[in-house]
Amino acid sequence: MADMTLDGNAIAGLLREIFAMEMTNALGTCGSCGAVNEVGRVQVYVHAPGTVVRCPSCEHVLMRVVRGRGKYWVDLSGVRCLEFAEP
Amino acid sequence: MIKWQLGTLAELKPETPRVSSLYLDVPEWPGHLAGQHVDVRLTAEDGYQAERSYSIASAPEDRRLALTVERLDDGEVSPYLVGELRVGDKLEFRGPIGGFFVWQGQDERPLLLVAGGSGIVPLMSMLRHRASASRKPPARLLYSSRKFEDIIYAQKLARLAAAGDGLSVHHTLTREKPSGWTGYTRRIDAAMVKDVAWPKDTTPAVFVCGPTSFVEAAAQLLVAMDYDPRWIKTERFGATGG
Repeated sequence: MADMTLDGNAIAGLLREIFAMEMTNALGTCGSCGAVNEVGRVQVYVHAPGTVVRCPSCEHVLMRVVRGRGKYWVDLSGVRCLEFAEP
Repeated sequence: MIKWQLGTLAELKPETPRVSSLYLDVPEWPGHLAGQHVDVRLTAEDGYQAERSYSIASAPEDRRLALTVERLDDGEVSPYLVGELRVGDKLEFRGPIGGFFVWQGQDERPLLLVAGGSGIVPLMSMLRHRASASRKPPARLLYSSRKFEDIIYAQKLARLAAAGDGLSVHHTLTREKPSGWTGYTRRIDAAMVKDVAWPKDTTPAVFVCGPTSFVEAAAQLLVAMDYDPRWIKTERFGATGG
């Protein structure tokens, strides 16, 4: 299973579809443990239905993104805060 | 929204038996940073699409955009890119993408690059960028390959190291070594990292790229040397079947 884990770099393109700017340098605060990490450092699983993003410190689910049938479903309930620079 | 665009394959250069560099002419390239990637998209006649990310191998200063791609026989995209795509063919992609795993020439910290297999590609962009910079921080590359024939950019790396501008290149081979080989012949370990890595009091900038298990092993070895995890930027290729 270890080699199924990717990191935030792998979803840079997906996040550019959703957000107006490059997001891998954004700082995300985990809603569970409070750890603050750049999005580039998060754990990413692309083999789940959709994409699952976990905290690199406690593995809590930060984000889920499903794309299909011409729509996106974005669940950000595990992220307390996303901080990023203006474009 | 980041737009898909078409590039034209201008040159195809084999690097190893399974790896080739694709040089693309791109009508509107906004420029990139060393370490960024592009997403490539193939569309079948029935509309089925497959997307994969490939690191940019060229420096920001280079005339053409270069990708270096490893052919994975069970992959959906790489066997087309390395095997079927011909000079003059169009390729759909978007980019440049990414902002975390990037190195910029004005960063004066000593540079430590650690690559496993095709993880060398974004690090090559950094080394090419460094080679054309007016002020160059000292740099060390530790590069793990399975066999001698699998070393990507072997001659280019030798030339860069021979320039005498503060770059040293350290190879390790994990499966087979040719006779007369003077590099390491084992998986990356604590003694090897201790030999090659900068002392921690130099607060280096570190980039590690390769398969997930390689990246995690290397990062753990560096943290065990008391490197601050914030100095270490990693990019994992995983086993996503390119």
